[in-house]
Amino acid sequence: MHSTALAGTPLKIQDPFNKGKIVAEYVVANARIEVTNSDDKIIEFRSVGFAVDGVQMLAEIDLAVTRGETLVLLGESGCGKTTTLKLINRLIEPTEGEVLVNGRSTLAVDAVELRRGIGYVLQEGGLFPHMTVSENVGLPLRLAGLDSSSIENRVAEMLELVDLAPDRFAARFPHELSGGQRQRLGVARALVADPDLLLLDEPFGALDALTRAALQQEFARIVRELGKTAVFVTHDLHEAMLLGSRIALMEKGRIVFLGTPKDFAAATLPLARAYLETVAL
Amino acid sequence: MSFLDFITANWRELMMLTREHIVIVMLSTAFAVVLGLPLGVLLTRVRSLQVPVLGFANVMQTVPSLALFGLLIPLPFIGGIGARTAVIALALYALLPVIRNTVTGILGIDPKIRETAVAMGMTDSERLLLVELPLAAPVILTGIRVAVVISVGVATVAAAVGAGGLGTYIFRGLRQNDNNLLIAGAVASALLALLFDLALGQIERSFAIGERAQRTRRRIIGLGIAGVLAAVAILGGSGGFRSAVGRSGELPATGERIVVGSKDFTESIILAEILAQMLEREGFAVERQFELGGNLPHESLLAKAVDVYPEYTGTAFTAILKRDPITDPEAVYRETAASYAKDFGLVLSPPLGFANDFAILIRGDVARKQGLRTVSDAVPVSRDWQAGFGQDFMSRADGYLGFVRAYGFAFARQPREMDLSLTYRALAAGELDIIAGNSTDGLISALDLFQLEDDRRYFPPYEAVFVARQEKAQLLRAAFERLRNTISTDEMRKMNFEVDGNKRQPRDVVAEWLREN
Repeated sequence: MHSTALAGTPLKIQDPFNKGKIVAEYVVANARIEVTNSDDKIIEFRSVGFAVDGVQMLAEIDLAVTRGETLVLLGESGCGKTTTLKLINRLIEPTEGEVLVNGRSTLAVDAVELRRGIGYVLQEGGLFPHMTVSENVGLPLRLAGLDSSSIENRVAEMLELVDLAPDRFAARFPHELSGGQRQRLGVARALVADPDLLLLDEPFGALDALTRAALQQEFARIVRELGKTAVFVTHDLHEAMLLGSRIALMEKGRIVFLGTPKDFAAATLPLARAYLETVAL
Repeated sequence: MSFLDFITANWRELMMLTREHIVIVMLSTAFAVVLGLPLGVLLTRVRSLQVPVLGFANVMQTVPSLALFGLLIPLPFIGGIGARTAVIALALYALLPVIRNTVTGILGIDPKIRETAVAMGMTDSERLLLVELPLAAPVILTGIRVAVVISVGVATVAAAVGAGGLGTYIFRGLRQNDNNLLIAGAVASALLALLFDLALGQIERSFAIGERAQRTRRRIIGLGIAGVLAAVAILGGSGGFRSAVGRSGELPATGERIVVGSKDFTESIILAEILAQMLEREGFAVERQFELGGNLPHESLLAKAVDVYPEYTGTAFTAILKRDPITDPEAVYRETAASYAKDFGLVLSPPLGFANDFAILIRGDVARKQGLRTVSDAVPVSRDWQAGFGQDFMSRADGYLGFVRAYGFAFARQPREMDLSLTYRALAAGELDIIAGNSTDGLISALDLFQLEDDRRYFPPYEAVFVARQEKAQLLRAAFERLRNTISTDEMRKMNFEVDGNKRQPRDVVAEWLREN
């Protein structure tokens, strides 16, 4: 685990066909990670494979996520990045190897307990359409058995955090919100029970470019402020560069590259180059 | 009687029937929901059960309702006759829409929503209660609504197994050709269906997402209507729920319980009521299971759901024992009694004194003017007569064809085949010249018709008797003896006419006859 740039240091990406021309410049947001010891691994994949009906979806995944970092799983559709994510909160179970969360195999702990300690955000937020904003956000606390006044306070706090005024939004239903607002709520709900770990599956994929950029910045701020560990699935290199402290590039069920955004920018791997070329366009 | 007068005069009975109808529908729907909802949820968890369970529910719904009632009668515990059977049969009908809509509603939820619920760390029951059921609620409620509307309709058929309800009026109206009864029964049940539909529709819509503004109002409307229906069910009518508790007369009966059944026509009801009132005077607790359709009284007897009902020897001999018709009344009685004892363990009472035979009828003035007394007398003068018969007489083995052959009638014109009850009036009006009615029909004397004697004894005898279960025969012996040969054809006609013609209650007509005899 390496420290990359200091937070705020720009990361420049050069045009591969036109040396010296800068085609993109990122400010690496979440880059406080120093070299850490192995005790601080919050997630560890040990030779994990996953097959359905004899079809190998994932193979030989070895990966460790350190406390406080944001690991981005980057790749095209069908490469196995969402499958990898779902192994962490045991929405699916490995057919080979094991996945450890906080040092214990996910199969050795109660699935419900495991999931309650992990925030999960889907595209469109995965909100429940029959519940109001505050009911949606407060649901993890309700499941944890908190009393309604503490839930109310915490929900208001969370709505403030994601920049939705509680008095305006608390009583609305998801269909009365914009896509960006729904996504903010998804993040608020994932954070409400204060989990150490966040899993995000292309959360900003369905948003228009401007909303998306705003939310990416905001997400980076929140993760940094709260010091959460996040595993973030995306097929978008911009997003990976912006948010990731490390990027795991996946192809056909395997991790083909693992490293910092800076390493990625310098990678010679053809797929990595292909991604970088998209930036040139 | 105008329809309004009819409603005014029969308001209490109409309310009682409505109440019975609502209770049957509500109970059966409740059963269907209590059974169908968990089953539906189970099917979403164990998908391999979907085919067999939905298949069974599908089959239940294709069984014709009367057949289902018939099939349930002999079953122990859940079977028998009366409201209980009706509730079970209706619940079986209502099961399919409830199960299917529960499955469809839950499986139709966006998989991402379900995934979110699981990923949030919900247990299976939390996911069901907090997410799946609320989201599937509109679809499930649609299923319940369909179930209720089906039940309101099918419950009218339940009258055939003595469950009461508005079907009683519909069946009675068809039988007595009385439009007031028909309309009252049909309109009231249609109204019920509409009210149920409206109430559930409002509740259903209040669950739709985005209905927040009207939600409360809709729920109030829906629950309000449901409340009114429930209030009618609890308070409506004053006769009590006869099928459940029995109308056991004014005195609290302490004696043994006897279930008296009847067929679904006036004469059978009157005879059953005569026995019922006599037994009540003797102190028995009598439960009435009247107006049972088709062959149900006999089957109910075999299923021990009914203890005794009035029957005709000819019917028992030809229709139940399936023997070829014979014409000697004593032989028919003797052989029927012997076969009933041997085959079914049933006992025949002594003959009641009259027979409800096929009656060949002509106008009284024609009979007097031409001096006609027997069917044979009429044959030579009948060439140009217009005959008219009910569908039953035209089709059955001992009906028209055999009759014409036996007497050598040669009508110039084809007989008219029409509704039996209409042939009487057509005869009296001169549209028809000869008809085949029932010898005890009250209209015979009321319309001055004359019954030609069956001098060749072509028709099998239909002597009135009671059929009883062996176990209860001892209790019934005294009443049976008192009724031996006490009801003449003429008296039976009069009582029939009091009910059918003068629209009086069988109970009152019978009480009057019992006072005089």
